Amino acid sequence: MAAESRCVWLYAVTDDVAVPAADELTGVGAGVVRPLRAAGLAAIVGDVERREFGEAALRRNLEDLGWLERTARAHHAVIEAVGTRGPAVPMRLATVYNSDAGVLTMLRDRAPDFRAALSRLAACCEWGVKAYAAPAGPPEDPEGPAGRPGTAYLRQRRAQLTSRTNARQEATAGAQVVHAELSGLSVSARLYPPQAPGLSGQAAPMVLNAAYLVAKERAGEFAAAVDGLTRRHRSMRLGLTGPWPAYSFVGGPDADGAQR
Amino acid sequence: MTQGSLVPAESPALSPGPISGPQPANLGDILERVLDKGIVVAGDIKVNLLDIELLTIKLRLVIASLDTARQVGINWWESDPWLSTAAADQSRDRDLEEENRQLRGRIRALERGERNGG
Repeated sequence: MAAESRCVWLYAVTDDVAVPAADELTGVGAGVVRPLRAAGLAAIVGDVERREFGEAALRRNLEDLGWLERTARAHHAVIEAVGTRGPAVPMRLATVYNSDAGVLTMLRDRAPDFRAALSRLAACCEWGVKAYAAPAGPPEDPEGPAGRPGTAYLRQRRAQLTSRTNARQEATAGAQVVHAELSGLSVSARLYPPQAPGLSGQAAPMVLNAAYLVAKERAGEFAAAVDGLTRRHRSMRLGLTGPWPAYSFVGGPDADGAQR
Repeated sequence: MTQGSLVPAESPALSPGPISGPQPANLGDILERVLDKGIVVAGDIKVNLLDIELLTIKLRLVIASLDTARQVGINWWESDPWLSTAAADQSRDRDLEEENRQLRGRIRALERGERNGG
């Protein structure tokens, strides 16, 4: 039972075999990470200060990007460490309980869901793939030099825009091909909205932002397919991230192959 | 996030060639997953998910990786009133300063007008 000044942060649920030893990991709010066992499952939790992670504090802190970054990275790091030992069902950020008892009750109530998710995720990893439209090549000059400089400028500008639009369309079509091929190698796939250039850190427009649940034994094949697609589709560039804990495939009924 | 072994990851600043090999996870990728995904169970402590979703949308629109952004000295979101209450206070202060400045200007103009006209 946590003391009243503390509450219990939930990271993930695993089977009760592959759990980290107490004291082995440090998590959110520098809290020690420990397992809580019930119903043949283990909830991976950590104690956090109520004054920082209680209801009002959480609401305020989630708006603080520095805090959010630290917390998200710490949450992710624990889930990732747990995930290297065996299948883990990651929790959404900021799943917080008043005491261990609350976690244990939830664990018992939802045990069938967790078991189903764990068996679905066993021997799989999530991979992220993003595609960016490649920069458009130099526009073709359709009619050569024109008599009036104004007309020439407008014509050139239009050609430039057309070329950019074509490149974007080509990349978008290419993204569909990429998604279809990679979905074929995956147990499940999930599309995210493309990130804005500010978030992606890439100037080129993102045309695909997807997550794929891939059997571990096919990870090499999957990466090779991404490389092959990159070579075949000059209209875009592909980026691969992972392996990720299976965040994208535990969310709900639409997690399996459905688009958002 | 562990990096795969295929090819060294490129820096986010861009080269024209293909990106190949796993990239390091940027903050956007992590936030996208930990805020938006992950199984949802009812905790004892209720956070307003709508707020989080608004924050996520806002993050999608504005933020590069915080570290890379900070490294290159981009920190304008810190003064975005939407994102920080501290910034909102600063912004209110700035609005008041601006209003003050404009009012002083108008008083000066009126005083000049009085002297000229009267």
